[in-house]
Amino acid sequence: MIYAHKVSQPVEESLEIEQRSAPAARVLRADDRREILIAPRSGWAPLELREHWSYRDLLYFLIWRVLKLRYKQTVLGIAWAVIPAVATMVIFTVIFGRLVGVTSNGSPYALFSFAALVPWTYFANAVTQSTNSLVENERLVTKVYFPRLLLPLATTIAGLLDFLVGFVVLVVLMFSFGVVPTAAFLTLPAFAALMVAAAFGVGLCLSALNVYYRDVRYATAFLIQFWLFATPVAYATSIIPTAWRPLFAVNPMVGVVDGFRWAVLENAPAPRVDLLISVFSVVVTLCVGLFYFRRVEDSFADVV
Amino acid sequence: MAEVVVRAEALGKRYRLGERERYRHLGAALTRGVAARLRGKGYRDDASPERDDHLWALRDVSFEVREGETFGVIGSNGAGKSTLLKILSRITRPTTGVVRMTGQVASLLEVGTGFHPELTGRENVLLNGVILGMKRREVNRRFDAIVDFSGIAPFLDTPVKRYSSGMYLRLAFAVAAHLEPDILIVDEVLAVGDVEFQRKCLGKMDEVAREGRTVFFVSHNINAVQRLCTRSLALESGRVASIGETRDVVAWYLGETAAMTAADEWIEAAHLPRQRGGDDVRVIRFSYGTDGSLRGRLPHPEGPLEVKLLLEAQAARSLASVAITISDQFGATLVNADVVTLGETVQVKPGHTLVTFRIRALHLTPGTYVLGWWIGDAGDVVCDFVERAIQLDVVDTAAPGLGARSAGDGVVTCDFSVSIETQRGDDGAAPTHAATGLGTRQEPQSQV
Repeated sequence: MIYAHKVSQPVEESLEIEQRSAPAARVLRADDRREILIAPRSGWAPLELREHWSYRDLLYFLIWRVLKLRYKQTVLGIAWAVIPAVATMVIFTVIFGRLVGVTSNGSPYALFSFAALVPWTYFANAVTQSTNSLVENERLVTKVYFPRLLLPLATTIAGLLDFLVGFVVLVVLMFSFGVVPTAAFLTLPAFAALMVAAAFGVGLCLSALNVYYRDVRYATAFLIQFWLFATPVAYATSIIPTAWRPLFAVNPMVGVVDGFRWAVLENAPAPRVDLLISVFSVVVTLCVGLFYFRRVEDSFADVV
Repeated sequence: MAEVVVRAEALGKRYRLGERERYRHLGAALTRGVAARLRGKGYRDDASPERDDHLWALRDVSFEVREGETFGVIGSNGAGKSTLLKILSRITRPTTGVVRMTGQVASLLEVGTGFHPELTGRENVLLNGVILGMKRREVNRRFDAIVDFSGIAPFLDTPVKRYSSGMYLRLAFAVAAHLEPDILIVDEVLAVGDVEFQRKCLGKMDEVAREGRTVFFVSHNINAVQRLCTRSLALESGRVASIGETRDVVAWYLGETAAMTAADEWIEAAHLPRQRGGDDVRVIRFSYGTDGSLRGRLPHPEGPLEVKLLLEAQAARSLASVAITISDQFGATLVNADVVTLGETVQVKPGHTLVTFRIRALHLTPGTYVLGWWIGDAGDVVCDFVERAIQLDVVDTAAPGLGARSAGDGVVTCDFSVSIETQRGDDGAAPTHAATGLGTRQEPQSQV
């Protein structure tokens, strides 16, 4: 069974309520009369999108809180949104671009790697922060009811501000390398959406697991490091043998990064069937994340 | 009869022992899973519901609360109060049973949930209001009222980490006080802070109840429940032990707790936090009771109280001051019964010495107080000073409402009488009524 927030049959007239010798008469309006059912639940639960939608004000404030707190008491402030990505780009350019000589399919290596680092940095941060979102907000989880999904969701959305800053730097970099945006540039929102969905799906799974097993926190740091090398950030997908490409594309970030490169760079290959594999992979991750999270969220307060 | 707005049927909550103490390790879960596979059993090790590593924190709890009622839940620690509170607040789900609630529900398990020290007062009000279930629009609409109520308007744009704890509480409570749910679920932890704050909290809850809202109040402060609640429920070991009129429930509860703690039972003092003291002389055990009365450890406002201190000394000492103290919840000492005022000294030799204090009449209004002691030698050396040894509940089971008193009733009782004369213009005075009584009582009453 489930928590139901149903508006039961609207009451025709307003109801006068009996008072305990009270002066101020209170009238319950018909729209107040919703019934809440609290009952045990086991197994898979429906997503209850309407219930979540009714908490949108809280979502807004949770996002707002993350953003308010993120760069408090820092000197460089919002610049920290791009400093790590820019620094990584410089290192990659020196090591892989110059010393190793990794192919960038004819694009300037700096731009080539930065076009991948912007979505990648978003993904890595969003996943890491979502993973800790439930544990860090233990007070909230144990003291007040709200759909727990809002915590990883707020973190995932809040990361978009940093992403936008990184994206602006990317556009500046494009122009400074003399790259003129093509029509493909307009597909970027779709790839950005894919990126958010991928981060949210992974973040959901890991945040729920982290409540039960604190090992996840440490494993995530390692996982992200490993994931970076499984994603074509420092190199191009073209160096992967064609036979292995479908398997390679199971990593959702392959589709995202290749999409970004195609949209931004002049001579990056257009996404092919690999992209569909990545999209499918994102959809699966997101579904697994959502339903797993809903399944276990009831016991968070007992365990966290 | 008002409509039933909260209906709980056969609620139960089972915890796996140890689940709360430590989070599970991935490795442990994996080995357990593999081991279960090898033994040919299912992966889930909680498949059998009656294993002895499970604990029912709540079992078969059913009750109904009607609209506009203030409903109290009492019980000693571990009786299941917080579990019930968490289920009703939807923080955790019951293992069995169903609760149906009609109307908007707000629950306050602590003040300032979601307050962040780095954010300003203004920002925290917005955030906290929405976390407690208000819409953004509602918070904005009530914002000025909240700030007014808190009385900290000048510091609204200061991060709350720079607030004093009093300011913090006031602001947090101001937000909570402006919730307008149909059903309000409140935990006793709200009753923290200074007297003024407590008064404000209880006053606000009274107000909420008078507005016709339903209040669900969980507490082990019997006096607060008596004052606020019309009907109550007493929990014991997770089950409903008594339900009905607050008066009857409290009477049952007091009888039960009195029976559970025999008055002559010794209480260990070694672990108590000492304000000051050395190793030479200290209280190792103490005991208190109401001198053989029925109510064991719950003294009557005008009744006697006996306190025994068992001292352990390492060397012979002359103790000029051995005292028991009774303070209010906020640390103000109300009673200091010291041997020095009787012109006595206590001579201790290596070993144990028993000192017994007998207070003939307490003169304290019903309420919760704190018992402590002070031991000093002739040379002004403090040997043992414990301010808060144990909580002392003064209860009047005979008075109407079991001695429930309002915050304005004062602390001490006094012997007093009243005579009332109706003045009738030129007819002159004619005495019509005379009465004697004690402190907080309205009706005539004989001496203790």
